[in-house]
Amino acid sequence: MATTESQLEDQEPGAHAEGDTADEAVETRVGWRYTLAKVRRDATARIGFYIVAIVLFIAAFAAVDSNLSRLTFGAVSDYAAAEALPIFDHPTRMPPPGEGNPNQPPAFLDGGTLSSPLGTDPQGRDYFTRVIYGSQVSVSVGIFSTAIGLIGGTIIGSVAGYYGGRIDDVLMRAVETLYAIPPLVLIIVFIVFISGGSPDIRFAVVGVGLTFIPVFARIIRSRVLSVREMDYIEAARAAGVKDRNIIRRHVIPNSFAPVMVYATLQIGVTILIVAGLSFLGYGAQPPTPDWGEMLRIAHGRYMHSNIWLSIWPGLAILVTIMGFNLFGDGLQDALDPRIKE
Amino acid sequence: MSSDPLLRVENLKTQFFTETGTVRAVDGISFEVYEGEIVGLVGESGAGKSVASMSLLRLVESPGEIVGGTIEYKGTTIFDLEEGPDGDLRKHPDMLSEAAMRERIRGREIAVIFQDPMESLNPVFTVGGQLREFIELNRDLSSSTAKAEAIRMLREVGIPDPEQRYEEYPHQFSGGMRQRVLIAMALACEPNLIIADEPTTALDVTVEGQILDLVDDLQERYDTSFIWVTHDMGVVAEICDRVNVMYLGEIVEQAPVDELFYETNHPYTKALLNSMPRPDRTVEELTPIEGVMPEAINPPSGCRFHPRCPDAREVCTRVHPEAREVDRADGHPHRAACVKHDVFDVGYDESVPLEDGADAKPSGGETEAERGSAAGGGHASTDGGESR
Repeated sequence: MATTESQLEDQEPGAHAEGDTADEAVETRVGWRYTLAKVRRDATARIGFYIVAIVLFIAAFAAVDSNLSRLTFGAVSDYAAAEALPIFDHPTRMPPPGEGNPNQPPAFLDGGTLSSPLGTDPQGRDYFTRVIYGSQVSVSVGIFSTAIGLIGGTIIGSVAGYYGGRIDDVLMRAVETLYAIPPLVLIIVFIVFISGGSPDIRFAVVGVGLTFIPVFARIIRSRVLSVREMDYIEAARAAGVKDRNIIRRHVIPNSFAPVMVYATLQIGVTILIVAGLSFLGYGAQPPTPDWGEMLRIAHGRYMHSNIWLSIWPGLAILVTIMGFNLFGDGLQDALDPRIKE
Repeated sequence: MSSDPLLRVENLKTQFFTETGTVRAVDGISFEVYEGEIVGLVGESGAGKSVASMSLLRLVESPGEIVGGTIEYKGTTIFDLEEGPDGDLRKHPDMLSEAAMRERIRGREIAVIFQDPMESLNPVFTVGGQLREFIELNRDLSSSTAKAEAIRMLREVGIPDPEQRYEEYPHQFSGGMRQRVLIAMALACEPNLIIADEPTTALDVTVEGQILDLVDDLQERYDTSFIWVTHDMGVVAEICDRVNVMYLGEIVEQAPVDELFYETNHPYTKALLNSMPRPDRTVEELTPIEGVMPEAINPPSGCRFHPRCPDAREVCTRVHPEAREVDRADGHPHRAACVKHDVFDVGYDESVPLEDGADAKPSGGETEAERGSAAGGGHASTDGGESR
């Protein structure tokens, strides 16, 4: 956390007299608040932050009114989609079944209408609606997958790093074995094996998350190795704190900053991987409005007849991932004590 | 003073098993701590002070291990070995389990104040939160009572405006203030013994003075015993009741503080005292101790101090003295591990002085040259502490 830096700055034992306690409140550099302030000062990070915020907001609240083809925010009840599989148990958030003319071009081309700004797909479904709903799938996929890797990796890495010795060897070798297998192969084998032949986006999420565990474990372990030597860990042990609580309260919070940065970057990567899986047919299944799945359909049969069907979901993926990457980069700079403003 | 010591350490041995060999960091030390006493543990960097104090809590980290001796606290056995049926040493059945150590001894009975106040507080939590965690854990108080107690302790150690400081983070505290927080943490769990591991080393002398006054004051009020680990004889003189001088894993001299300063019985202690300024003596120049302390991995034969000792004679290279009682003062023994005392009777007086030893004997004319050779870091009183 940013405290490492501010610590260095405060660390002039001789210079400060006793009562002089550096709390002029000019700049109270505490953890995340300080970090976010720094992120806000960095232009690219700020752009990334806004993109991420917008995508998250749309994913969380947006629904499209099928009759008016307008974005509305809040619960919309009349979308109980007959043909849709529930994604993460949100049946009401599914897009409406196709009602318009099939293969209508976007509004700015001849034959397009404003009621379907991005046109319609071959089933007559409003493409704008589907792209918007696709954000739900992508964002939740990105977050859930990364969370699986983050939580699994943090537990394994911190336990391995804290105890060291044989526990470290066993855990890290196991994790590295996983790391040695090409991830896409691992994920596809996992999906095929677990799903028993009927792939589903949930299996893809878990599979992708599992393949992230090794990276997270290694990152956090390397931090834990230095944190565990700190005097406050020794102090906690000397005060009789249980190992479990030392890891939970003292080791992990102090090792978490690089993992957090990596996780932010990883959300973008995850979205891309899952889109890729959907594209290959191992992820979301039709008619789930997943960007990768939409790309697969669009590219397979309609690449020449209607290229816009490929462009919109592609653009959505591009913007979203760019947002997460910019934000992650900015976060990394903000948390890196070597980069001073 | 009561006859039963609070803490009794006998022949404690802690070794580190490294690839280059066995490091005998603590090699058979014995001492007692009585109730209400401040006992000093003095020595150069690498003398084994910190390892010894961590051994008392059984917190020696791998590859280190306590390999022998007895540690008894208030009649409970913290560490002891016994001979098993197959002749191997094994843990004594009376020895406290790891869980019992954690729940009953660490923090609750014996607390530690660490050397570096900058690193002994978790930077991501508020000072108050950490203090409260320790109090909750070791005194079985509810969260709100523990908070009130934490604020009371912060006030007790002289932190102004404790209600507000409770919510602040460690980096918002100055070094001296952090050290006060650490003292509050140790005291807050109401232990009977506090191990202070060079707690003032990282502070400047003004703050050090304030902290020592504070500890003196609190010690009187709470009647807590202290083991004060330091390399600074000045601090020892100020605060300790009795002193153990350590050299290369051994206690070479043990005496009440005044006795140690005025009736010094070991050449090493004498050399340490000569190497620092003293308010009660005026000298032209201070005399540093010659050379550097050898590695504990391969200690010199005989007396471990003989290569640097001005009084070394031939017999010192052969005979390894353990500390024996050479005097008594204030009802406590004055022990010294030097064969020049009559109790050893190994023929010191007849033995020839060592050439090296004679060279190293400080005398006015050659101090310039000596300082050059001692520049390698042999100054006992100026070392910056050690890392465990």
